[in-house]
Amino acid sequence: MKRVGMPDKSFDLLNKIFLTAIVIIVVYPLIFVISASISDPAAVSSGKMWLLPIDITFDGYKLILQDASIWLGYRNTIFYTTVGTLIHLFVLLPCAYALSRKELMGRKYILWIILFTMMFSGGLIPTYLVIKTLGMLDTMWALVIPGVVGAWSILVARTFFQQSIPDQLVEASKIDGASDFYIFLRIVLPLSLPIVAVMSLFHAVGLWNQYFNALIYLSDRDKYPLQLILREILVVNQMQLGEGSGEQTESLIEQVRTGGLIKYAVIIVSSLPLLIAYPFLQRFFVQGVLIGSIKE
Amino acid sequence: MNLNQAKSPKKLPVNSGFNKVRKNFLKNWQLYAFLLPALSYFIIFHYIPMYGVQIAFKNFIANKGIWGSPWIGFDHFTRFFDSYYFWRLIKNTLILSLYQLLLFPLPIILALSLNELKNGAFKKWAQTLTYAPHFISVVVVVGMIVIFLDPINGLVNQLIVLFGGEQIRFLDSPKWFRHIFVWSGVWQSLGWGSIIYLAALAGVNPELHEAAEIDGASRMQRILHINIPSILPTIVVLFILNIGSFMSVGFEKVLLMQNSLNLETSDVIQTYVYQAGLLEGQYGFAAAIGLFDSLINIALLITFNYVARKTSNNSLW
Repeated sequence: MKRVGMPDKSFDLLNKIFLTAIVIIVVYPLIFVISASISDPAAVSSGKMWLLPIDITFDGYKLILQDASIWLGYRNTIFYTTVGTLIHLFVLLPCAYALSRKELMGRKYILWIILFTMMFSGGLIPTYLVIKTLGMLDTMWALVIPGVVGAWSILVARTFFQQSIPDQLVEASKIDGASDFYIFLRIVLPLSLPIVAVMSLFHAVGLWNQYFNALIYLSDRDKYPLQLILREILVVNQMQLGEGSGEQTESLIEQVRTGGLIKYAVIIVSSLPLLIAYPFLQRFFVQGVLIGSIKE
Repeated sequence: MNLNQAKSPKKLPVNSGFNKVRKNFLKNWQLYAFLLPALSYFIIFHYIPMYGVQIAFKNFIANKGIWGSPWIGFDHFTRFFDSYYFWRLIKNTLILSLYQLLLFPLPIILALSLNELKNGAFKKWAQTLTYAPHFISVVVVVGMIVIFLDPINGLVNQLIVLFGGEQIRFLDSPKWFRHIFVWSGVWQSLGWGSIIYLAALAGVNPELHEAAEIDGASRMQRILHINIPSILPTIVVLFILNIGSFMSVGFEKVLLMQNSLNLETSDVIQTYVYQAGLLEGQYGFAAAIGLFDSLINIALLITFNYVARKTSNNSLW
């Protein structure tokens, strides 16, 4: 049967060592951030905390949970993500379904028109001017409408409909007098929940994580999504935490002390929804990539 | 219900082209209505901007609009080609892209390696854990980079000092920018990028492996002579797709990592478009640079697709 020679055994061992090394490299920064967010900042900055939390404190979390801008950002992001994902489905699903039906004449050309946008685009400035002309600057629409659907998603959803909705089913319903609207809503959609789940997840993650559109289209701080607030705290280093809560008396040393803590905590808080949901949703995401890789 | 019979009455005598279209439209108008939201989106947010690209050849005056502004030909382009920044931008963009492209095989290696594991707990864990960083936002990734590379409190510098080295101001140094940018990208996308190759590997015919085993091929030989050739089509297609966005580098991340001290290596075409266009309001000029960038991308895509089709029979179209 299987010949496991010496070289193959050592191959196995080397392979496992290699993979273990990769997993450690990928996971270590994540564990470090989690531990650092609940460790005493002194232990973190002196290098004593390198894996597990030391002198556990939740001060970082307390501070950011008191901060109004984080809450506002959170609320805005949840709102943008929900509304954006719903619009995404409303645009994506009917279009992909129609393109999967053979009765639709010229569907190849229509698909081509859509796919062309993957290869060539007007670019940042002309797109910005369109948004501006439409009066969408500084509104939530600028975050959810541009990029509401991509050619790739349409291709993937269309492939799904083609492969998993039997033609006979649709035709039989038509003979029974069902309209396309009815067939789509009552027959096709209930059978397509996997693709709906996959596409919503992908799009929701994208919306949750987007910052650039917000950066260029929004000026009103009250509309900022979480990522822009994060950018200020993590990258631009403009910490405005504690403002207005009468804590300006804090010494500079104390500010430096909590500054680091806040950064770690804010990373965790902002990524929390995904961190919690990810293990459960992983198979959907993988499924999405796999359906996407099917050609024709 | 006999479905085959239901189909047959469709075969009526062939109508003239126009009539056929009209009849089809009347019969399936709801399907055409399904296309409306998506098509209007693509027209408004993709095709109108393509039309708007003409401002690259115009002296754009806001209150005259795109259509009313006067033509100036290639002035914006020549100004860009002659500018002090031109070669720096081209060089930085090219080097970052090539650097990233060079690391293209890494997810393939990871997939080949994962594929050698039996479907055990270790494989599952390894996959779950390596995919995870893909879901972290760019802002958080850059935030983590800033924290880890902090000159005083950062873990990396603490280690350097521990081993008797000098602290390095990584993020303020043009020398380090490229490495940090590219390798943090590898950290974030390595696992995720391997999924598609793993799927391709799952489709490799097991008989090939059995036959090779009988012939006494080692694991390494089977990887080289069976696994890699089997997934080559997938590799080629993904490679071409990568080429298509060659000049776009992850510009949102570049923008986040950029500061006045590392500009020498971090200034890329896209960030310059953002700077000149949106921050300085030189719409026409920035649109011209953006167009230049898109044209290079599409030319590369077409070239590589052609080469791939001629040499390996695998291509996007």
